[in-house]
Amino acid sequence: MRTYHQLTDPDRSGLAEQIGAQRRRVAERVASMHRIVAVMSGKGGVGKSYVTANLGRAVARSGDAVGVLDADLNGPTIPGLLKAPAGAAAPAVGLDGVKCVSMGQFLGDGAPLAFKGPSAESFVWRGAMEASTLREFLGDVDWGELDLLLLDLPPGMQRYVELCDIIGKPPPVLTVTIPTPESRDAVRRAMHTARERGSELLGIVENMVGREYHGTAADDLAKEFHVPVLARIPWHPPGNVWDELADHVSGTR
Amino acid sequence: MKFLCVECDQQMAFAERQLPGDGTLAASFKCPKCGRVVAMLTNPMETQLVSSLGVEIGGRTVPSEPFEMVNTFVTGGPTWSPDAQDRLARVPSFVRGMVKKIYGDYAKEHGIAEITPAIMDTARTELGLEGM
Repeated sequence: MRTYHQLTDPDRSGLAEQIGAQRRRVAERVASMHRIVAVMSGKGGVGKSYVTANLGRAVARSGDAVGVLDADLNGPTIPGLLKAPAGAAAPAVGLDGVKCVSMGQFLGDGAPLAFKGPSAESFVWRGAMEASTLREFLGDVDWGELDLLLLDLPPGMQRYVELCDIIGKPPPVLTVTIPTPESRDAVRRAMHTARERGSELLGIVENMVGREYHGTAADDLAKEFHVPVLARIPWHPPGNVWDELADHVSGTR
Repeated sequence: MKFLCVECDQQMAFAERQLPGDGTLAASFKCPKCGRVVAMLTNPMETQLVSSLGVEIGGRTVPSEPFEMVNTFVTGGPTWSPDAQDRLARVPSFVRGMVKKIYGDYAKEHGIAEITPAIMDTARTELGLEGM
């Protein structure tokens, strides 16, 4: 009996062509983006979205066109941080002209994300549905020409891996941690994943510095991965902290 | 996926797709040599897995719309009854998204959890949307 690859007649179902069309749509969007940077941690609650939003605003204030893709589908916070108008068609435009797309724009106030579909063994299809959602966020949004697209990743590395596949190549990553050893250990795993996948490690941002959280996470990670500590963000940061970080990350100056 | 007529050693060709509306899918494939037809029947979970990839077995008759997956599968607001979904599916695709949003916004404003054909009729009258 012949096997799959030995059957070469055209597939009238056109599944391969449909997948190809999806990839072309994303590739066309990505082609109009000068630089894509993923903001990741691997650890929850370290302020990735806070760093993403303020970094995006700082780059935008310098005159660059900036977009933020909120990849945290279950806990979207970017529209709130950028004060993007609720219910606006994607992309919404927030503070300092930063464009954004987020699941928050598609959900009612306080409504949790849920997908229609059979509830039994939903884990089988949920991952594919979430990846398709990210693909639409990237490919179906009229981003226009962007100097910088920031990918605000949720904790863990699943979204990072999905976005690597969707974009077609691993994006450079900016890593956010807090000073504690617990954060360091979680972030280390994420950085190994990013490096093994082929992403350029741009450096470390140490957030929430100077109060309850103690440790040397940023310095430890910088030493281990041979990357710089790009910023240390105190609880009430002065504005120039973001401007200096923008200079490191935007790659346009 | 592909289907092989083992007796004829021929790749079978896609012939027809049916969506009964209960979450299942039926697709038939025909051997171009002997004419034998087989049907592939998927359960709701299998159908959902294919749908979650953003593809349609049998091919697309119209290009995918922006945010098709999100607009179709994400529920953060009112749900659509099967009858209402059927009615929405008959709206021309180029305005379907807009029509869906209008009814969705109406339901949210009125605290309606499920959009049914009756709700659509009421909204259409109140909003002056005859024909939608």
